[in-house]
Amino acid sequence: MDVLLEADRLTKRFGALTAVDDVSFQVRRGEVVGFLGPNGAGKTTTMRMIAGYLPVDAGRARLCGVDVQQQPERARAALGYLPEGAPAYGEMTPLGLLTFVAQVRGLDGNARQERLRELRAYLQLDAVWRRPIETLSKGFKRRVGLAQAILHDPDVLVLDEPTDGLDPNQKFEVRKLLQTIAPDKAILISTHILEEVEAVCDRAIIVARGRIVADGTPQALQARAIDHNVVALTVPADAAERSLEELRNVAQVASVEQQPGSNGELLLLVRPANGADVLPAVNARIREAALPALEVSRRRGRLDDVFRTLTRAA
Amino acid sequence: MRTTFLIMRRELEAYFTSPLAYVFICIFLALAGALTFYLGGFLERGRADLGAFFVFQPWLYLFLVPALGMRLWAEERKSGSLEFLLTLPVGTAAAVVGKFLAAWIFTGVALSLTFPLWLTVNYLGNPDNGVILAGYLGSWLMAGGFLAISSCVSALTKNQVIAFVASVALCFVFMMSGLELVQGAFAGWAPAALTDVVASFSFLTNFDAIQNGVVDARNLVFFGSLIVVSLTINVALVELNKGA
Repeated sequence: MDVLLEADRLTKRFGALTAVDDVSFQVRRGEVVGFLGPNGAGKTTTMRMIAGYLPVDAGRARLCGVDVQQQPERARAALGYLPEGAPAYGEMTPLGLLTFVAQVRGLDGNARQERLRELRAYLQLDAVWRRPIETLSKGFKRRVGLAQAILHDPDVLVLDEPTDGLDPNQKFEVRKLLQTIAPDKAILISTHILEEVEAVCDRAIIVARGRIVADGTPQALQARAIDHNVVALTVPADAAERSLEELRNVAQVASVEQQPGSNGELLLLVRPANGADVLPAVNARIREAALPALEVSRRRGRLDDVFRTLTRAA
Repeated sequence: MRTTFLIMRRELEAYFTSPLAYVFICIFLALAGALTFYLGGFLERGRADLGAFFVFQPWLYLFLVPALGMRLWAEERKSGSLEFLLTLPVGTAAAVVGKFLAAWIFTGVALSLTFPLWLTVNYLGNPDNGVILAGYLGSWLMAGGFLAISSCVSALTKNQVIAFVASVALCFVFMMSGLELVQGAFAGWAPAALTDVVASFSFLTNFDAIQNGVVDARNLVFFGSLIVVSLTINVALVELNKGA
C-alpha cells in the first residue's frame, strides 16, 4: 500500500504555546484514520498545516508525495478538505458553490454537469439545491461541505469533524459514504465521537497537548483499557461468597471485585493479570465447581476509558 | 489567470445576489446627485461640463469605497470562508486580485450609472466630451486607489467596523496629502524634496489633473502603482494573518 498523506515532524507555535509538537504519521491508500483528542489538543491546527492553510514552524507535510509548503497548489489539487465548521459562502446556493469549486478544480462542460448531478443525489441535496447555504440546517451545510471536498474525487481526504452537529441518521449516512469511497483513498477524519472510530476507522491516532499519545487500530487501543478482557459474572447473592473464593484461585486472575446488582444478584468482575484472556479458565471453573452463574461475558474495554487515561495523563 | 477570473466572477455575482449592490448603488447615485445639484450648483453654474459632479467624487468615495472594501477580507476571515477558499488550488495573489477586480468593476458600474448627468449636460449645452471621459476615467482610477487601500486594511482585522474606520482615516491622509492640512506637518522640518513627494501622493492633486482633461502619464502611473503596491501588501497581510 502506498503512503498518500505524510506528516513529518509537524510543529506549530502560537507565541509561547506549542500547539502542535513534532507530530508524525502516515496514511496509506485504503486507510481511514481517526484523529482524536480533547478540544485544543491540536487536531485542527495539524489538519490546517496538512491542507497548506497554516504555515508550519518545523517539519513538512506531503500529499501524494508533493510537499504542501513548496508546491501548495499542486498538493491541494490532490486534496479534498473540509475545514472545521464547514464554512462556505452563505449567500450562494449549493449549486452555485459546487459549480464554483468545480470550475476552480478545472472541471468543465458535461463532466461538470454530470459530477454535480452525482453529488446532488449522493449527498441528498435535492431539497436545498437552489437555496442559499446560510438558510440551511447544520446537517445540510455539512453535506455541502462534504460535497465540495469529494467533488474532484481526490486521493486524499482531510475532514475536520465531518459528523459534528448531524443527527444519528445523518451520521450513519456520512459513515456509509466514507466507507464506500475509502478503498482507493487515504482519509483522515478528526472527531470527538469514539463510536465513530470503531465504526469507520482502521486506525486511530490520539493527540493531547499537541503530541501523539497513541497510534494503533481501535482493537489495539481497546486492549489498553483498564477493563480489557475483564470477565463479568452475575450470580445469586447467596452464592457470592463461594464464587469469589473459587474464582480467585483460577490461574492468571489478578483480582475479583464484587459489585451490587439488581434482584438479589451480584456482579463479579474477574480482572486478569496482564490483560490475559481468562474466559476459558473461568468457564471451566464454573463447571467444575458448579457455580450458579446467571450470565457470563467478557469485556473488550472501552475506547472512552483509554481516551481519558491517555489524554489526561500525558 | 483562470482562477483570478473565476474568483472575480463569483464575487461579482455575490454582490448582486445580496442587497449590498442595490443599496450601495442607490445611495451612491442619490448622494452624487444631491451633491452635484445642491452643493455643486450644477444648473446655476451655467457651464457645460461635469465639474460640479466630479469635484465631490473624492468625498463620496472617502466614505463609500471603504464601506465596500471593509468586508473584502475581514468578513471572509470572520466567517471562515477564507480557509475554504485558500485550501482550494488557488493562489493568495489570485484571490486578492480577483476580489479587488470584482469590487473595482462594481464601483465602475455604480459610476457609469451616473450617465444621466452626462446626457443632461449634452442636452443643455455642448460640453467637451473628451474632458468628461477623462473625468470618468480619473474618477474610476481614484476609486481603485481608495479600494486598494481599503482592501489592504481589511486584511488586517476580522472586525469590519475597525476596517472601515481605519480605511477612511488612511484614505483621508492620502486624499489630503497635497493640501495644507498634511503639508503643514512636513513643511517645518522636512526638505522641500520630501514635501513634494508627499504632495505628489495626493489623490486630489492627481485627480484634479485628470478631470481637467489632462491625462498625464504621471497621474496614471500614480494610481496604477498605488494599486499595485497596496495589493502586494494585501497579499502579504492575508498570508500573515491566515491562522490568527
